[in-house]
Amino acid sequence: MNLAPTAPGARVLAFGEYQPGRVVTNEELARTVDTSDEWIQSRVGIRERRIAAEDESVADMAVAAAGKALAASGLAANDIDLVIVATCTQRDQVPNAAATVAARLGITAPGAFDVNAACAGFCYALSLANDAVRGGSARNVLVIGAEKLSDWLDWNDRTTCVIFADGAGAAVVSASATPDIGPVVWGSSGDRADKIYLRDHRYLYQEGQSVFRWTTTELYPVALKALERAGVRPEELTAFVPHQANLRIVEAIARKLGAPQAIIARDIVTAGNTSSASIPLALSRMVGRGELPSGSTVLTLGFGAGLTYAAQVLRIP
Amino acid sequence: MATHTEQEILAGLGEIIDEVAGVPADQVTADKSFVDDLDIDSLSMVEIAVAAQDKFGVEIPDDQLKDLKTVQDVITFIQK
Repeated sequence: MNLAPTAPGARVLAFGEYQPGRVVTNEELARTVDTSDEWIQSRVGIRERRIAAEDESVADMAVAAAGKALAASGLAANDIDLVIVATCTQRDQVPNAAATVAARLGITAPGAFDVNAACAGFCYALSLANDAVRGGSARNVLVIGAEKLSDWLDWNDRTTCVIFADGAGAAVVSASATPDIGPVVWGSSGDRADKIYLRDHRYLYQEGQSVFRWTTTELYPVALKALERAGVRPEELTAFVPHQANLRIVEAIARKLGAPQAIIARDIVTAGNTSSASIPLALSRMVGRGELPSGSTVLTLGFGAGLTYAAQVLRIP
Repeated sequence: MATHTEQEILAGLGEIIDEVAGVPADQVTADKSFVDDLDIDSLSMVEIAVAAQDKFGVEIPDDQLKDLKTVQDVITFIQK
């Protein structure tokens, strides 16, 4: 049997992002639930978030972000032969988002599937894209994180509705002569599935203290392992871009990395927690603002319901 | 497991609370309430529990945290 020709490495060619137009400030939330700007900023670090329109879907946001990434990559739609959407908030399980997104972008008959690893989803999908390109299953992959958390929130629950938000981010991954996406370090802890779940099959719920303890004590070794496997020292990092769960979690993990020079993504301040979209959204916005020069080395760390987690190093295109 | 005197635990908690929440250690007395007197929120309580575990070798599980309302409650929990 023949094997597909393999590639020595894979790299991100371009990022893209989309945020819904509607800005919801802390003051606006404080009008309908018992909270305040001070409470939200001190507990989770969010000033404002974006909430999608009622008729705006996960696929709509994925198309918008991926369209920008595709345009920035310089590739044509039909150069893409695999589309992966990381999401856990589609209203309907069937059909998947990826095939629809691909068709709407004019990509003809690519492989197309969704990944559900909750807030870790983008890192899982990026790893799959890296492996597909290196293994010869695909040449150019569109990797998207897109979420509409607002559909799954109890807007009277002040412990969740102030945190979560909507948005999408995307990356185009292609073969390269050098490895510019490092080995993934991933894992899960299904014995703690009850820490983040849909209450009554309807509303996102998390045990805040347990999640905070898990994320601030058990995940920095995962991040350090990803650096080690990539052969990158903490002091070589340009930026650390973890899932934007809560600013206090982001900063607590960052403090333990031994990378004081690294820029820490604080996209949550104006984007909220957008689950699997948060890492590509942050990356795309940081690149757009000129904070991440071409060739700089970034560490990502996704983590969330499952519990699931994944980390990898990548180079900025 | 080493046992700690009440004074040792109080002094250790003072250092931890100063580090986690910026409350000067001399304000951390046994009768103080974390929420009402020291303005410590639920996430900082987790950080205090984690640091106390490192220092005293006693795990304070999340489901016990809500019952630990005063500094004395934590001292008693660690001694027990």
